[in-house]
Amino acid sequence: MTVNPLVCVKRVVDSSSEVVLTEDGQGVDGRFAGFTTSAHEECAVELAVRVAADQGGGATVVTLGDADAVEQLRSALAVGCTAATHVLADAQSFGPADVARELAAVVRDHEAAGTPHELVLLGNDAADSGDHQVGIRLAHELGWPVVNGVSTVSVSGGEVTASGAGPDGHETYRVPLPAVVTILEGGVEPRYPTVPGRMKAKKAPIEERRPAADPVGPSRVRLVLPPPSPSSVEVLGEGAAAAPAVVDLFERLGVLAR
Amino acid sequence: MIVVLVEVSPAGEAVETSREAITFARDLAAAGGGIPIDVVVVGEPDDALVKVLASYGVRRIHALTGPAFEAFSGAAWATGVEHVRASAGAVVVMASGTPRGNEVLAHLGARAGVPMAANVVSFGGLSPFTVTRQVVGGSALEEMQLSQRPALFTVAGHAVEARPADVSGTGELVVEMPDVPAADLVARVVSTEEPEPDLSGTLKSAKVVVGAGRGAGSAGGFDDLLELVDLLDASLGVSRVVTSLGWRPHHEQVGQTGSRISPDLYIPCGISGAIQHWAGCSTAKAILAINTDPDAPMVTKATHAVIGDLHEVVPAINAEIRRRRG
Repeated sequence: MTVNPLVCVKRVVDSSSEVVLTEDGQGVDGRFAGFTTSAHEECAVELAVRVAADQGGGATVVTLGDADAVEQLRSALAVGCTAATHVLADAQSFGPADVARELAAVVRDHEAAGTPHELVLLGNDAADSGDHQVGIRLAHELGWPVVNGVSTVSVSGGEVTASGAGPDGHETYRVPLPAVVTILEGGVEPRYPTVPGRMKAKKAPIEERRPAADPVGPSRVRLVLPPPSPSSVEVLGEGAAAAPAVVDLFERLGVLAR
Repeated sequence: MIVVLVEVSPAGEAVETSREAITFARDLAAAGGGIPIDVVVVGEPDDALVKVLASYGVRRIHALTGPAFEAFSGAAWATGVEHVRASAGAVVVMASGTPRGNEVLAHLGARAGVPMAANVVSFGGLSPFTVTRQVVGGSALEEMQLSQRPALFTVAGHAVEARPADVSGTGELVVEMPDVPAADLVARVVSTEEPEPDLSGTLKSAKVVVGAGRGAGSAGGFDDLLELVDLLDASLGVSRVVTSLGWRPHHEQVGQTGSRISPDLYIPCGISGAIQHWAGCSTAKAILAINTDPDAPMVTKATHAVIGDLHEVVPAINAEIRRRRG
């Protein structure tokens, strides 16, 4: 059977050095930091592309975000997704339940249009909001089973096998399709786009749609930054000469077995 | 009433993050005028676990038993927790902010059509009920209102220190065997392979972690670091760039998308301290940063630092340890 995965990505601020909030305290300001796709979702895209290639289908990427989020769609198209859907909306106004409802609407509409998505992949949690629940809420919207927080995915005989680290060891799930699976980084190495891939992605048509319903919102009062802790670092020395002071510290902390 | 999902280790003990969640629940219960706290565990607890949970002020321990709970299924666990919540009329359901905790409470939120707040660090007013939770890997905080019932949230690791109650609870054990629909068991664990001894489970519980970043220089640049790991009976943790470059396996990664560690001592070597990495190590009790850049975030945020190249500093530390050991 052909499998056409849907993979969901989110445009997030690439905040590796400092987080700056918007003036209204409702979001993270990315004007100076730039934007990216969450690490978990990069892996989800890679897995979707692999499943599609393996099962003779095509992977569709979807995002809910403002006009600039098309960049994340084109990045996914450049590495092998064959179709893209853009739910044009202000992502900050959408809570996890709102996003799940919109994604479910995309799944249903695509199925009605002749492209069923038997498998939906998402990141386990977005790098910015860290809600840990969109995939599960989506599965409930669709009435599908959901596997959460795995790193590898393969499809065979109408069944998805997914595995990842659990609290007691490496866990494996085998679930009949259709299913939702949320991905953690670490199981696959996302591929880099090729030059032809980039060129093709630039020209690829993108399905644009409006939200199916008004969002309830994320229950957010505001974002705040934790108070900066004053640096109280004790410099033990420079270079190799600091070694005795370091080992003294180990002894003081009781981490050096005598 | 408050219900807390407690995770139990293979050794039959309440994991630390769950004990932290009960401690958090006790603070919330006290603010609410002494609300009782019940906990849910999967499987029958032994006497030692019952005693520990009672010492944390727990009134009842609801043990979910039966074939539906023999292998993990987030949906089945959620059904079990909801069974306890509904029969007790609880208005708050909590868990620790672990993969299991977040997953189960997300199922509850989806079923009840109410919000779920992940990785909460504190609570504010009770009416409306307001919590503060970690976002952007802990580099920012979100104040969030949980005005619908049940209020669902998970507690970020190390948001509070786990501490027994001043007065023990009754710790009454109630064995439950709730009906679990077949649909809940479609997505369940079918096999679990024992972790290798040095997988991230060891890293997460290590008392000392030696960290390595881009400063290691290459896949072959870890010999001195691994010797230090050995000398301190520590674990090795690495930054994301190290795994991205293929120098070390992903299960050694510390950070927002890797393991979150809380050792007595973290020794990041050649790690600048991007916020994604800091998210994974900020709760270390002491941090000794070894870095050539005195202004690197990891250095300024550390408790102790050595300014220098790890390839000079670490061999010297190793030699000094060996010298003192004779």
